[in-house]
Amino acid sequence: MSAQPRLVEVRQKVMKQNDLLARALRERFREAGVYVVSLVSSPGAGKTAFLERSLTALRPLRRVAALVGDLATDNDAARLARSQVPVRQITTGTVCHLDAAMVESALAGWDLDELDILFIENVGNLVCPSSYDLGEDLRMALVSVTEGEDKPLKYPTIFNSADVAVITKVDLAEAVEFDDSAMNKNIQSVRPGMPVFRVSAKTGDGMEELLRFLASRAAESRTGDVGDQLALQIDGRLLASR
Amino acid sequence: MHELSIALSIVELATEEAERRGAVQVVAVHLRLGEMSGVSPEPLLFSYGLACEGTPLEGSSLVIEEVPVMVYCLACGAETNPPSIQSLYCPVCEAPTPQVTRGKELEVVALEIRT
Repeated sequence: MSAQPRLVEVRQKVMKQNDLLARALRERFREAGVYVVSLVSSPGAGKTAFLERSLTALRPLRRVAALVGDLATDNDAARLARSQVPVRQITTGTVCHLDAAMVESALAGWDLDELDILFIENVGNLVCPSSYDLGEDLRMALVSVTEGEDKPLKYPTIFNSADVAVITKVDLAEAVEFDDSAMNKNIQSVRPGMPVFRVSAKTGDGMEELLRFLASRAAESRTGDVGDQLALQIDGRLLASR
Repeated sequence: MHELSIALSIVELATEEAERRGAVQVVAVHLRLGEMSGVSPEPLLFSYGLACEGTPLEGSSLVIEEVPVMVYCLACGAETNPPSIQSLYCPVCEAPTPQVTRGKELEVVALEIRT
């Protein structure tokens, strides 16, 4: 054994395995023609309520499905199953995020060719999911009006990793004296130019605009055709829960 | 906190690379860690010690080189440090700078080994 240690260059990405798997998933999704949207937020921001509305409204128009991640329980999958679309729960145990391998194994037995849009709801966590590529086409960061306008400044990395920001529970905005311009300013500060949507899964406000956006992005990425959004006639009755 | 799973990946990767180079001992693993990698240095160092236990890397140290965020300004062409990772704008011309060029690194760059 030599006395002096020597320095050898390595240059390997730590996330290499996850990144390779995510790339393979992205390729699989592209070949199957399914557009994949992931949702990240803190616990309780309203991911599941948002997803429930979205799945119900999109079901008559597009072939949709969802994977939902949680540390424990399959409550979310049971809730989402009411929208009568294929839903699978990923129970992570003690792990605070989804990774590409969990997504891959959750897809076992599903024919991706039979889907247009797949939603992946991450574990409620604004820190850890930022490091894990899941092979998604679009990452949405959800933040509710009750959480405080400085949330993007507290968790800049995850907001920077997202493609779209969605402000949820806007029906409560007045009650909590939500400052929309401050929230928007903070979002733009950590991710300049990011599109921002405002929705209420309870009243349906803003849902149609966001779903049209998703449908048009999906159509664009698969066919290069943006005209498809015009064909999306959403039934407004499906957008509000009460 | 996902630093433990990151530390386990580092140990796995470094063990493979050390074996390939015929190392009999790994003294240190050098890591480049971006300010916007989503991984914090302190919990990573703590987790690294745990992750090394019972592996060929036990007793090795993790040397972290922190990489500050750099942005490219589309308006003036400057590649600079933004005021902070919460304020991604160009300090030269004050235009917003969505293009992050550095600061997301999470890579093992070198090993100190005895052969």
